[in-house]
Amino acid sequence: MAATLTQDEALFQFLLRMGDNTLILGHRVSEWCGHAPVLEEDIALANTALDLIGQTQMWLGLAGEVQGAGKSADDLAFLRDVWDFRNVLLVEVPNADFGRTLMRQFLFDAWHSIQLGHLMKSSDPRIAAIAAKTSKEVAYHLERSADTVVGLGDGTEESHGFIQAALDYLWPYVGEMFTSDAVDAAMVDAGIAPDPASLRSDYDALVLRVLEDATLTVPDSRFAHKGGRTGAMHTEHLGHLLTQMQWLQRAYPGASW
Amino acid sequence: MSQATTQPSTDQIWEWLDTVPDPEIPVISLVDLGIIRGVEWQDDTLVVSVTPTYSGCPATAIINLDIETALRDRGIDKIQLKTQISPAWTTDWMSKKGRAKLEDYGIAPPQAAGGPERCPNCQSKNVTRVSQFGSTPCKAHWRCQDCLEPFDYFKCI
Repeated sequence: MAATLTQDEALFQFLLRMGDNTLILGHRVSEWCGHAPVLEEDIALANTALDLIGQTQMWLGLAGEVQGAGKSADDLAFLRDVWDFRNVLLVEVPNADFGRTLMRQFLFDAWHSIQLGHLMKSSDPRIAAIAAKTSKEVAYHLERSADTVVGLGDGTEESHGFIQAALDYLWPYVGEMFTSDAVDAAMVDAGIAPDPASLRSDYDALVLRVLEDATLTVPDSRFAHKGGRTGAMHTEHLGHLLTQMQWLQRAYPGASW
Repeated sequence: MSQATTQPSTDQIWEWLDTVPDPEIPVISLVDLGIIRGVEWQDDTLVVSVTPTYSGCPATAIINLDIETALRDRGIDKIQLKTQISPAWTTDWMSKKGRAKLEDYGIAPPQAAGGPERCPNCQSKNVTRVSQFGSTPCKAHWRCQDCLEPFDYFKCI
């Protein structure tokens, strides 16, 4: 792959990874709309989803531009199938309970905020601008998800049990965010994005401090499920998600209003 | 040439845009909100640069439509709306007039400290946060511990 990958192809893949992460997580979080445990949480989840989907428009909009095939952000979101998505597996796992939803959000927000901090200094001014814009929103997401994880972890015996189970379930999905391949090497060479592996120590410092405040136990294993960001193998959950998200375009191709 | 002499000045355009209300918080104008980043004539086309508040704010499309309608009503036909995301919007760009209007309307204006300075209804400083989010992406939900009224706080970013 490395031998045939042009700079634009690598940039396109990188932008899909950014945009598909925010798109799929945004869609997952939006599934809570009208179902959250209390009204304030419902509003918070819907607002977070809205931010993420707005960010997707910028990432996938730029991806379409770089690809040069005349595709819009909507085309990329609604007209691709499972094997073309480049999001990490973490964001596609089902919401399950409120604890797992918030833990997933926290584990992603922590990576997202560190990544955007680096992208603000990207050699590509278009990427730096999107990062500067979105990092403000993501800082707010992280503040909330970290507070909620601490609140649930250091809460009642029941809430602690739920959020610890969420951490145990989700921890094996963390490692994928720090894997590097030819696309990342091309981004590093061009000064566009950092090497994912280089973010791990900042991530661990941030995440472990919050999890300690939350009185949670971090699983020992560093085993990582992979395959989402390269597109090699998604979980079975992504296809089900797409049947909902892309329902309209599948039933009525080309529909618009 | 004759068209150039009939072009309204950019100061005039700013004044007109200052009468276009924000669709979600109609008590303040788009200029008060600080999202109009530039107004300039390029030959006979008026270019208006607009920056979004929040990436996913659903009001963005309506805002662009409202700007276009307001300018067309004043006889300007050639309008180009440019989305400008850098530098990113900050509540520091909100006008003093806008902040005062927000508070009169019952929405606490943004504060660098990260929370409202006082209750917009009774001015008590004894306020508490209900939720970090609110009825629109730009607001959070707070409550006054004295008059017990809930109120919106315009988030500081």
